[in-house]
Amino acid sequence: MTDIGAYQKANTPIEAGFGDYVQLLKPRVMSLVVFTALVGLLVAPVSLHPVEAFAAILFIALGAGASGALNMWWDADIDALMARTARRPVPSGKVEAGEALAIGLALSGISIVMLALATNLMAAALLAFTIFFYAVVYSMWLKRSTPQNIVIGGAAGAFPPMIGWVAATGSVSLEAALMFALIFMWTPPHFWALALFMKADYHTAGVPMLTVTHGRKVTRAYILAYTVLLVPVAVGAALTSIGGPFSLIVAVALNLWFVIGAVRIWRRDEAVAEADRYRVEKAVFRFSLLYLFLQFAAFLVEAALKPYGLGGW
Amino acid sequence: MAFRPAHDLHKRRFSRNLGLGLTLAAFVGLVFALTVVKVERGQPMQGYDHVAQPTTVPQPLEQP
Repeated sequence: MTDIGAYQKANTPIEAGFGDYVQLLKPRVMSLVVFTALVGLLVAPVSLHPVEAFAAILFIALGAGASGALNMWWDADIDALMARTARRPVPSGKVEAGEALAIGLALSGISIVMLALATNLMAAALLAFTIFFYAVVYSMWLKRSTPQNIVIGGAAGAFPPMIGWVAATGSVSLEAALMFALIFMWTPPHFWALALFMKADYHTAGVPMLTVTHGRKVTRAYILAYTVLLVPVAVGAALTSIGGPFSLIVAVALNLWFVIGAVRIWRRDEAVAEADRYRVEKAVFRFSLLYLFLQFAAFLVEAALKPYGLGGW
Repeated sequence: MAFRPAHDLHKRRFSRNLGLGLTLAAFVGLVFALTVVKVERGQPMQGYDHVAQPTTVPQPLEQP
């Protein structure tokens, strides 16, 4: 290669492809949002026209993506320090921080207005609050200031099924509140299990994860505490109109398994965990993903069986 | 025959333009479908076209 060619290559700006902008919206988080919001919408006693339902889910997901872009804009400095996040579009230089902010704000506005037009104002207001909560309360305020960041910030991820329910019915109910509480109580043990085997990352970035501020022994105890507190919420949800015998059995089995996993984490010594490369912590983290999926899938099964006189109480 | 082979930068720019174009087309399609659904359901709509409409004009009180 000539000198001129080398100069041109070195000075060519990294231009983002469409996929990089999709990555800005955190598609993996969006998939969880789509699923839980869809369940919230489908188990509601009022049914929407399929086009309205599709639009509702799409704009709830777009709102979640917008908050993801705002989070990436704000957290670009610490994302660059963590191996798990260093290749995100902003820290890798593919998308400029200002561009991420503009996309986040624009998509927030579009998703809120379109959800209001497609369904109702209450659902749109809840979506607006969720974006505000994730971008401002969690990302800008809690994440870098308190080890309880995951606990309170988890509310942002818990809103989608409630928004789905409100999009269909127009109001909040006990069932919607319990679906919210299910994700809210599930988030801390899920993320703290991750933090136990991703310790170097959070420490490097200076994010006050519980593992960094209070130590790993305390974190293990907190995982157990929240997993136990999750039990009445999950069983309670199965006893409402969205549940039934099937979802009650699923809830009891899943929570029993989750509590057993949390007890194993709690009883483990750090030296033992390091020796087997956090085998139990990784297994509980993986199970926690399956746990949430199966809990919501059980509600969906109940709703699907109802027309045949089988689901529900 | 192209004068110069397409640079990676141009491929990325094309993918961005194509993605954005398809997204906008899908958005237009969705808004149209939503409009059809809302209209078919006959939800209250009113076009304010600078013409006084009977339903919006206050009626005089009836004399006893």
